[in-house]
Amino acid sequence: MMLRQVAKKALGLTARQSTPWSVGISRSYHENVIDHYDNPRNVGSFDKNDPTVGTGLVGAPACGDVMKLQIKVDEKTGQIVDARFKTFGCGSAIASSSVATEWVKGKAMEDVLTIKNTEIAKHLSLPPVKLHCSMLAEDAIKAAVKDYKDKRVKTNGAAAAGETTQA
Amino acid sequence: MASKAITSTIRRALSKPHGVVSRRHHLSTAAAAATDYEDESIMMKGVRISGRPLYLDMQATTPIDPRVFDAMNDSGINEYGNPHSRTHLYGWEAENAVEVARIQVAKLIGASPKEIIFMSGATEANNTAVKGVMHFYKDTKKHVITTQTEHKCVLDSCRHLQQEGFEVTYLPVKTDGLVDLEMLREAIRPDTGLVSIMAVNNEIGVVQPMEEIGQICKEHNVPFHTDAAQAIGKIPVDVKKWNIGLMSMSAHKIYGPKGVGALFVRRRPRIRLEPLMNGGGQERGLRSGTAATQQILGFGAACDLAMKEMEYDEKWIKGLQERLLNGIREKLDGVVVNGSMESRYSGNLNLSFAYVEGESLLMGLKEVAVSSGSACTSASLEPSYVLRALGVDEDMAHTSIRFGIGRFTTKEEIDKAVELTVKQVVKLREMSPLYEMVKEGIDIKNIQWSQH
Repeated sequence: MMLRQVAKKALGLTARQSTPWSVGISRSYHENVIDHYDNPRNVGSFDKNDPTVGTGLVGAPACGDVMKLQIKVDEKTGQIVDARFKTFGCGSAIASSSVATEWVKGKAMEDVLTIKNTEIAKHLSLPPVKLHCSMLAEDAIKAAVKDYKDKRVKTNGAAAAGETTQA
Repeated sequence: MASKAITSTIRRALSKPHGVVSRRHHLSTAAAAATDYEDESIMMKGVRISGRPLYLDMQATTPIDPRVFDAMNDSGINEYGNPHSRTHLYGWEAENAVEVARIQVAKLIGASPKEIIFMSGATEANNTAVKGVMHFYKDTKKHVITTQTEHKCVLDSCRHLQQEGFEVTYLPVKTDGLVDLEMLREAIRPDTGLVSIMAVNNEIGVVQPMEEIGQICKEHNVPFHTDAAQAIGKIPVDVKKWNIGLMSMSAHKIYGPKGVGALFVRRRPRIRLEPLMNGGGQERGLRSGTAATQQILGFGAACDLAMKEMEYDEKWIKGLQERLLNGIREKLDGVVVNGSMESRYSGNLNLSFAYVEGESLLMGLKEVAVSSGSACTSASLEPSYVLRALGVDEDMAHTSIRFGIGRFTTKEEIDKAVELTVKQVVKLREMSPLYEMVKEGIDIKNIQWSQH
């Protein structure tokens, strides 16, 4: 086997890995997108009713994109300790939400609100027609944070109004 | 052992013509085990796959049957004359070959060879039929009837006619994809110049009730045009029984070459039309231009083979379709077949998998070549217009996959496709929030979604 390879190389017969027609195909997926699709990180769910969990559900089946992003927040420090997602959507949507869960972990809630869809799109090299997927991921993060804050407000209730989080 | 390997490689190198791409073109698909993984894997669109994907997209195009290939190439080298050269042997030979092909095509559809006009494909034939007929009768006939599920070239030609001032009725279809005959009857007006309804739909595979439609058109004396590109050679077609006035045909859907098709134009009673291509008056003045001899021979051979093998192909393909559908249904629930199951061409299976999006499924099925009716795969973000015309819910329209089965599909390919599809659908359902909600008992239709 090895000798055959060597002989082939010597005679200049090795199969060309990058064939000429890989140039100019505008719809290739970036390898990051494929990676997130084949090995999705953080797929799953937390218990919606857990007070430390914020759930963001954005999109609509009619549009072909629904993302559910959940964050688990440490109550004392306000840091996001864990995140999970589930997505109904194309490969770019799945990758965008998977990237979103990776980036929110270990950050404070105020920090993740600054994550922009353009950063996600750049990381995945999304073509213009897929930019709305990253937009939806950004919305999902914001919705999850908002949901958590609303829950906190509800649990704190009438008592200790001063504890409401700064937006 | 070592010297044997080296000498065999050298022998192979010397026997191969110089400059040939050394990537071996093997007919073995990913269903067979890949032996030398290193040099047989290819990078396509950022994905590494060993071997070539299984081809299950027969509605898009079909591989050329080797017998058709032989028929075409025998002539290309030796009989290179222009069939319209009347003065020498080369022209006579080429003309003879074209006429033989014409007879072969005519026999397949039950027509006379004088009624077959060769064109560059079904798209040109559809354009010629729709625009040509209406332009010829534009003083008296102003109205065209067609369906919402027609092929884009027919719909676009009708839109072009609308811009010129004609009126077009786009008939809706029932949820099984078939035309409502009563609606057709009511839509016909005294100034209707053409009814255009395709015989077999390319996306969902339903077969329209052609005999009944032909009957209605005959009663009202309206020419009946049908786009039969997906029908000829697959279901029995008879232009007399169906009362067809014009029929578009394509070679590359029946294992022939791309770039050639034909239009059947009935002569008794004669259908008149204005040609799209002006010039030397070839093809009875309806399509000027030198006939593509080689392609036409291929088309003729393909029709000839189709006539002989139609029955056997139908049995083979039907068996594979059942194998595919049952294989998938055994392991998955929430699988919907789009379009009527009874009135269907068996080689086309359009399935919707609930709670799973089409493009993500296609991305996972990288070892199977299929196509989808989902929005993400079209340039705009609209799901397929055919599925919408069926009244499929928008979320289901995003989930459809079209499997095309043909003469050369094998049982192993179907089994592998079933296995891969089931695996990917299960994985994607795990990732799907809609599936999770359904499992919890929430009714998705009642949720207020935050639209963009």
